[in-house]
Amino acid sequence: MIAVEHLSKSFGDNLVLDDLTEEIAEGEKVVIIGPSGSGKSTFLRCLNLLELPTAGTVTFDGEVITDPKVDIDKVRRKMGMVFQHFNLFPNMTIRKNITLASVRTKLMSQAEADDTATALLRRVGLEDKADAYPAQLSGGQKQRIAIVRALAMKPKLMLFDEPTSALDPEMVGEVLEVMKQLAEEGMTMVVVTHEMGFAREVGSRVLFMDGGHILEQNTPAEFFAHPKEQRTIDFLSKVL
Amino acid sequence: MDLAQTYEIWRELMLDQEATWWQELFVRFYQAFLEADRWQQYLEGVGVTLVVTAMALAIGVVLGVLVAVVRTAHDQQRPGRPKNPVLGVLNLICKVYVTVIRGTPMMVQILIMGMVIFASSRNYTAVGALTLGINSGAYVAEIIRGGLMSLDIGQTEAGRSLGLTYIDTMRFIVVPQAFKAILPALGNEFIVLLKDTSLISIIGGQEMVYFAKNIVNRTFDALFPLVGAAVIYLILVMIFTWLQGKLERRLRQSDRR
Repeated sequence: MIAVEHLSKSFGDNLVLDDLTEEIAEGEKVVIIGPSGSGKSTFLRCLNLLELPTAGTVTFDGEVITDPKVDIDKVRRKMGMVFQHFNLFPNMTIRKNITLASVRTKLMSQAEADDTATALLRRVGLEDKADAYPAQLSGGQKQRIAIVRALAMKPKLMLFDEPTSALDPEMVGEVLEVMKQLAEEGMTMVVVTHEMGFAREVGSRVLFMDGGHILEQNTPAEFFAHPKEQRTIDFLSKVL
Repeated sequence: MDLAQTYEIWRELMLDQEATWWQELFVRFYQAFLEADRWQQYLEGVGVTLVVTAMALAIGVVLGVLVAVVRTAHDQQRPGRPKNPVLGVLNLICKVYVTVIRGTPMMVQILIMGMVIFASSRNYTAVGALTLGINSGAYVAEIIRGGLMSLDIGQTEAGRSLGLTYIDTMRFIVVPQAFKAILPALGNEFIVLLKDTSLISIIGGQEMVYFAKNIVNRTFDALFPLVGAAVIYLILVMIFTWLQGKLERRLRQSDRR
């Protein structure tokens, strides 16, 4: 589904991703964990080119999207992204937040998009918020809306950049629940997170990143039970 | 006994130095506003002031938006991809424009435009309006640029991650929010512009101060014409401040909780 080859990214002299090669297959739920500054968010943001790699290629659905000739807007329509800080558009109602992109990119008519929005909102239990503005919602509600907004584009792949890190503890559950549901429906997901429980329960593969490398990867059960690298063991001993 | 007769009698008293202070004030007031229907000249001046402000505002906003868009687009080019050379040249021109306009006094700009560049033009008011517009454009550009830059980058990223184009992201997400953020500064700039129209009288632009000064020359009395002009400016500014407040409250509807 999506693959990177010899992917490197530096900000000035600071090398954040160092020659990564990795492939994510359709239907996988890849969870990326690691200490802060390890490059996991940057890796995720390179997948939809919010960050342009310094070197290497990203291939999505058989197309090399790092090629400057590729219309990245078209590619991004098939990849949803959920941000740590929600990034809902505060100047629009929830309905408009959800329908704007699918209508503007001519994926749907306004009526179809409205129906899709209603159905998606019902799914996350927020159908009564369609005409509210983001400022009227709690953090957990905002993040569920942000997920719905990405899903409205009917993406093939969903990227989650620490979706629960900015939430109050009691709101984490409701967001993870929506993500779990999505995983069960077979969505391909790449999730950067600190929620080890989620990684264990939902992930099909765990990547551990440190210093711009993927240091270790395994199935969740193996990864948490028998970490191999010393760095991984140190990290897990601190967070578990 | 009507005002005109009262004026005639009290003016005689004043010339004989037998008028009381309030009779004298009335005579001066009458000369400044009522004699020969001079109040009509103030009205004409207000009209010109408003037209000049509107023209300068239009020029200023168009120039300001253009400069802000060029400079923002230039600064937001993605690192790692080759820079657009056309944008580089345009950005340089815009930078020089903003630096020169903001670095020289408005009065000097008006004098140069009126007495050097358009020395042969007799349409002083239009030259004045053009100068004010060019001047205002530099300030509006920086206000708009500040507004665009101040918006959380996450908003742009969210829009782009959904597959919206740069233009659509700007149009539906960034600009509406930036506009709300810069409205107070823009309103302030508008008020400054309205008052600065008084400066074009120096090159013969026929706005309110020009007429007030003419009346001073006629009556040899500066008190009421100048205070009158000041009061009219104050009233105009208060009206526009009120309108701006109304607009801001309307744009704030999405902030309600």
